[in-house]
Amino acid sequence: MIVVPCVSPDGKPTKSGLTTLSALKSGASTPEVISEITGQPLFKIRSGLRELINAGFVKQVDEKHQLTPEGSKLIP
Amino acid sequence: MFLINENDVIGLPLLGGKAPEFEAVTTQGTLRLSDFIGSWLVIFSHPADFTPVCTTEFIAFSEIYNELKKRNTELLGLSVDSVSSHIAWIRNIEEKMGVKIPFPIIADLNKEVSKKFGMIHSAQSKTETVRCVFIIDPESKIRTMLYYPLTTGRNMKEILRIIDALQTTDKHKVATPANWNPGDSVVVPPPGTTEQAEERIKEKYDCKDWYLCFKNL
Repeated sequence: MIVVPCVSPDGKPTKSGLTTLSALKSGASTPEVISEITGQPLFKIRSGLRELINAGFVKQVDEKHQLTPEGSKLIP
Repeated sequence: MFLINENDVIGLPLLGGKAPEFEAVTTQGTLRLSDFIGSWLVIFSHPADFTPVCTTEFIAFSEIYNELKKRNTELLGLSVDSVSSHIAWIRNIEEKMGVKIPFPIIADLNKEVSKKFGMIHSAQSKTETVRCVFIIDPESKIRTMLYYPLTTGRNMKEILRIIDALQTTDKHKVATPANWNPGDSVVVPPPGTTEQAEERIKEKYDCKDWYLCFKNL
C-alpha cells in the first residue's frame, strides 16, 4: 500500500495524517506506539509526525508527541 | 573522498562506517535516513525511470518486499529523476504489469544523496546512478555495498541471503562460509590464543583443523 504524506499541499491532513492524529488522541505519544497501533512502518510515522508538527497539528515535548488545539479540532 | 576532477568530488562510504544522514524528497514524503533507525534498510539506486532493466528490478524488489518485512528490513529506491517521473513510472508498472510498488523512491534531482553514497561512477555514466545496493543495519551502519553495472540486473536471492547472513552473524556471533544459505552450518570464529585453540578441540564442533570449525545453529 502506498501511503501519501501526512499533510496535503493545501495544509490539510491527509488520510494517513488523520490516522496518526487519531492515534495521538487515543493516548499514543511515541512513534513506536503509533506505528504499532496504525500498522504503518516506523519510518513513515516519524516522517509524518514531522509534517504534522510543521503544519501546527502536533507538538513535541521531549520525546512525547501530543495534539495541539488545532490538531484536536480535527479529531471528533 | 577522492577527486575525479576539479569540480567533481565524490564521497564513498565505508563498510562498517555510519551511513551518511540525508533528508530527501520521496514518493512517500520527505524522509531522513534516521527515520529508519531500528530497522534494517536496503537503499538501492537505479539509472533511470522507464528503462527496461530497472523495471524488471522494481518488479523483483516488490516481489521480495514481504520477505524483507519478515526480516525487519525496509526498502528505499533512488534515482536522479523527479517525483513526478517516479510516480508516473510506478503507476505505469502497476497498470501494464499489475505490480504495485510498495516502497518509497528518492527523487535525487540535485544528486545530493547519490554523491554522499558514491552512486555516480563517471566512467559508467556522468549523469545516472549505477546499480548500487547498500544494506544498512538498525544502527545506521553500512554492512554491505554492492555495485552492478548499468547492463546487469540485480539478484534478489543474493540480497536476501546477505541479510540472512548478517542477521545470523549478529545474533549468534558466528561467520558464514562460501555459498551459505539459512539452515547450513556456520563457521565458528577462529581462536585468538593457543589456549582457546586447545579448548576448541574439546568442543563438539565439526573441526577440519583448529582454525576451521563449523557448527549447526
